[in-house]
Amino acid sequence: MTADIAPAASAADAPKFTVRDLEFYYGDFHALTGINIDVRDNAVTAFIGPSGCGKSTFLRCLNRMNDLIPGTRVEGTITLDGADIYGPGVDPVDLRRRVGMIFQQPNPFPMSIYDNVAFGPRLHGVKKKDELDEIVEQALVRANLWKEVKDILGRGGLTLSGGQQQRLCIARVLAVQPDVLLMDEPCSAIDPTSVQKVEDLMAELKSSVTIIIVTHNMQQAARVSGETAFFLQEKQGEAAELIEFGRTAEIFTSPRDRRTEDYITGRFG
Amino acid sequence: MGKRWANRIAIGTLWFCGLTTVAILGAVIVYVFVRGIGQITPEFIFTKPHGVNAEGGIGPTIIATLYVTGLSMLIVTPIAVLAAVYLAEYAVQGRLVNAIRFAADTLASVPSIVMGLFGFAFFVESMGLGFSVLSGALALAFLMLPIVMRATEEAIRSVPRYIRWGSYGLGASQWQTVSRIVLPAASPRILTGLILAMGRAVGETAVVIFTMGQAIYLPLLPTDPGRSMTVHLYMLAMEGINMEAAYGTALLLMAMVLSFNLSARWLSNKNRRLQG
Repeated sequence: MTADIAPAASAADAPKFTVRDLEFYYGDFHALTGINIDVRDNAVTAFIGPSGCGKSTFLRCLNRMNDLIPGTRVEGTITLDGADIYGPGVDPVDLRRRVGMIFQQPNPFPMSIYDNVAFGPRLHGVKKKDELDEIVEQALVRANLWKEVKDILGRGGLTLSGGQQQRLCIARVLAVQPDVLLMDEPCSAIDPTSVQKVEDLMAELKSSVTIIIVTHNMQQAARVSGETAFFLQEKQGEAAELIEFGRTAEIFTSPRDRRTEDYITGRFG
Repeated sequence: MGKRWANRIAIGTLWFCGLTTVAILGAVIVYVFVRGIGQITPEFIFTKPHGVNAEGGIGPTIIATLYVTGLSMLIVTPIAVLAAVYLAEYAVQGRLVNAIRFAADTLASVPSIVMGLFGFAFFVESMGLGFSVLSGALALAFLMLPIVMRATEEAIRSVPRYIRWGSYGLGASQWQTVSRIVLPAASPRILTGLILAMGRAVGETAVVIFTMGQAIYLPLLPTDPGRSMTVHLYMLAMEGINMEAAYGTALLLMAMVLSFNLSARWLSNKNRRLQG
């Protein structure tokens, strides 16, 4: 079964990520097969599909987070700005700085709001207080959290509400100035008002950062993304595939594959 | 007689068995308290015993106990914590790691009298350290190592995966993640484990009687011999020299161990509130 590959963008601008013939294994389990996709630069791309369809697994291939899970294996190529991210000499630690990640569960470190945001810059060698202050403020402003926390920067990150915690995590990632933001169901553990704020934030950020979001919520995919990829594991125990990829408007109004249509109209999943 | 009665009887039995634990602890504390409280004076705590019946105080034994316990924790903490970091974070989970864990668990169950005998043969005799605080601390460290190591490993493992991923996701290396995120996040639990281990070390008798000796001097250098409170208590009671002083010593010992346990509990509660 080959996936339909829509032209990612006008031929002029090169894709951010180019994925060719990707196969992924957890030990003996073949989790993903035959993934080909071009992810556009400075846009929001949504990955949708039922639980267990491999969309989060695929997301973690893009910043080599899967390397942390013992026994995983990748075949095929993934390039970021034309360079193979699994190539020899690529340090996954450097890659993850460029390709930041937001998780389903907000995960502030058990330290102050300021220290959470300053953590990344400090890792990468920023030491001067005024320089750090500047970075922390900018990151919190970009994450739309500055107004709420500017007077309580010394308070623990874990004292914030769930939605604020998630924006703190976004600020923490923005502070290391990534090119790409991978968001793994960033809104499924936070309240609706916060969801709105995170979605607004994505709209503001996409002019400067490439965003890829995994979501279970199809309305959310329709609201925030320019392009959508639908993943599906057809049978339990089989490798999941990319079924269809194209402009979000087209995927949701006139999908080419019947399985995509069945999913978005709620016939399964 | 139906389900309702069966339920009541079950609850009653469970309640009774649970209460038994508390009652035993209460009985021991009350008994030792009543027999020992009359002895507790500043003189008893701070002065040396004197005379054939060991009248006077138990000051040197308190110092020796704290000295040997503190020294053994100084020896054991870095080794145990680093070993736990290796086991929990770095080692490829498999046969070797399981073997290390099994060894640690077995080491923890070696009877302390056997560890004392080993400490005597190895530290006191072979290494020529003699009966000394240092020999006692080393032998105690052997006994505490697996306990502290396993407690630390559990503490490290209990740091949520998500928090580590957050750190890796920012481009942190493994050591940066371990040293800046995982260990600080695990430190309250590690400290709790250390305090509980200290409580055990303070109450340990068999190991120190073989390695630190029974001399009732105030130890200054680590090479000096000393008599721990437990050993002092043993000598007084077994030879029927001075039962009052024995109960006084027992009461102080209990108070020390209890305060260790209570502070460990306070620490872990405080920590739970912070994270919850």
